[in-house]
Amino acid sequence: MAVLALVSVNWLSRVTGRGAGTVAGGRVGLRVCPDLLEQLSRRREIICVSGTNGKTTTTALICAGWGVKVATNATGANMPAGHVAALATTRATRVALEVDEAWLPEVIRRCSPRVVVLLNLSRDQLDRASEVRVLADKWRAALSRTTTLIVANVNDPLVVFAAETASRVRWCDVPTTWLGDAQSCPHCTRPLSPEGSTWHCLCGFTRPVAATTRLDGEGLVVDGAPVGLTVSLLGDFNRANAAMAITALREVGVAAQEAAARMTTVTSVAGRFSLRSYRGQVVRTLLAKNPAGFSALLDVIPPSPGEVWVAINARIADGRDPSWLYDVPFERLRGHRVRCFGDRKLDLATRLDYAGVEWRLDDGEIEVIDETLYLLANYTAFADVMEESTPC
Amino acid sequence: MLRIALLYPELLGTYGDGGNALVLAERARRRGIDVRSITVSMADPLVAADIYLLGGGEDGPQRQACDLLAAGSLASRVADGAAVLAVCAGLQILGVRFAVAGDDAYDGLGLVEATTVRGSRRSVGDIAVDVSGRTMVGFENHGGRTKLARGVAPLGAVQRGQGNDGVNDGFRAPRLWATYAHGPVLALNPWLADEILSEAVGEELEPLASVADVLYEERLGSVMARRVG
Repeated sequence: MAVLALVSVNWLSRVTGRGAGTVAGGRVGLRVCPDLLEQLSRRREIICVSGTNGKTTTTALICAGWGVKVATNATGANMPAGHVAALATTRATRVALEVDEAWLPEVIRRCSPRVVVLLNLSRDQLDRASEVRVLADKWRAALSRTTTLIVANVNDPLVVFAAETASRVRWCDVPTTWLGDAQSCPHCTRPLSPEGSTWHCLCGFTRPVAATTRLDGEGLVVDGAPVGLTVSLLGDFNRANAAMAITALREVGVAAQEAAARMTTVTSVAGRFSLRSYRGQVVRTLLAKNPAGFSALLDVIPPSPGEVWVAINARIADGRDPSWLYDVPFERLRGHRVRCFGDRKLDLATRLDYAGVEWRLDDGEIEVIDETLYLLANYTAFADVMEESTPC
Repeated sequence: MLRIALLYPELLGTYGDGGNALVLAERARRRGIDVRSITVSMADPLVAADIYLLGGGEDGPQRQACDLLAAGSLASRVADGAAVLAVCAGLQILGVRFAVAGDDAYDGLGLVEATTVRGSRRSVGDIAVDVSGRTMVGFENHGGRTKLARGVAPLGAVQRGQGNDGVNDGFRAPRLWATYAHGPVLALNPWLADEILSEAVGEELEPLASVADVLYEERLGSVMARRVG
């Protein structure tokens, strides 16, 4: 009955053009049957993916790597309403769910997943989400009560803090660049001293040594065995996402090398990393919503000179406060010319101006360049770009 | 040589607060002033500087920063003539007491007779404050309610948002500015940056036109329009 209501509302939502048809029905379904998520999760093999950055991509990599039909919340509806909507419409028994960081404890309790992947944790949309250490505390409390396997990034101190009390953890030593929220110890707030590739605090909090997955310049090693990894998506952070996806899939019986091979077919995820024609210009679209995400993406932009396009909004889904622009190391774009787009292009231009980066405001007049430009956009700005562009 | 010290960004830097140091340094440099930007980390001594900047932070880091500032005698640096801009948690630290998780009355530095208690709900959104006839715009996100003792001047009257108590925002004392407008408030209000710089260098500054002025006008229009609407 609840599933019928859910599916009907989602169909209505889609045909009336009011939405993508995932969340509204999920809400109705949960209203009719509050334990719908528990019911739909039964007898299913579920992998949950959470973290500030890389959730959607890692979930897509897990789906591709599994090699069977996988149910997933592919539209990014990553709260319980989206989860029930994803599960109600399929009989697939394998499931990969992207989970909002704040909802993770509840989703673990209700879905009893086989595996939870914790990618990273840093500041994001602070006007509507919890401060990052509050989130880490909530994760820690939830994870200490579960026997689910946790696949956790050992280089992110806040993730280690969250996962260190879990009964089963596979630590993944993967490249992690932005640690602006993990300079002080999550236990005692004293400084975390880096020491080579590890870190520790006077209180005893330290980086676990027993990583079973390691990804570095030499390649990927999982449980002592090298795994050939060719990731079609840009950036070291996507190689890290793939390494963690492969580790998660091992728990459900997928061989690492086979999973890795299947993942190479993923070339873009929900428009991210894809080539589009935007206002006549060929651009590669990159989604970056917060300092850590932006920092990782600035690394993949080729050295100057050249033009880079950046679009910034501050609508509700973005967080209404673009203060975080000052946590992004835009100084790295010195030598580039940046064209500023979006509702908050003046905030961006001011940030770039103080960073010593050449900028111009988008004035609607584009001289098309015969090369592919990088276009970085935050959440709703990215959605606007996708709507106003075509694949190429 | 103008020394601008950003204090403990790893503790007090939740919302791009480092932007204030960048803005002050750049606006001074563009006027030909010799600037030294200093980042003071937890392990460093509290070095001498002409302007100190305190940002926002979560409860644990706020307490830790307060202890470091007490040990490093920020108070005596201020007594010696240094200027301070403190936002959000930084504002609370400068007062006599503030509330954090686990302690409703943690001792602040006591530079100003201001006491912060926990409010019934968080104040999140745009804020506009009348600072001596000019409107300062910004964004606030805090759960504190700050009470100023008699004789302590607020930074200004709240035109939109909550500030200390829905009436006033922050406080103002000689060479000391404090506001709940968090993060890079000086990026949004270039005139306020120049007011602080001018006082720190002890002279009037040449006007400095930049896109920041356009941003200020745009934010001012947006924030005040919504107040009426």
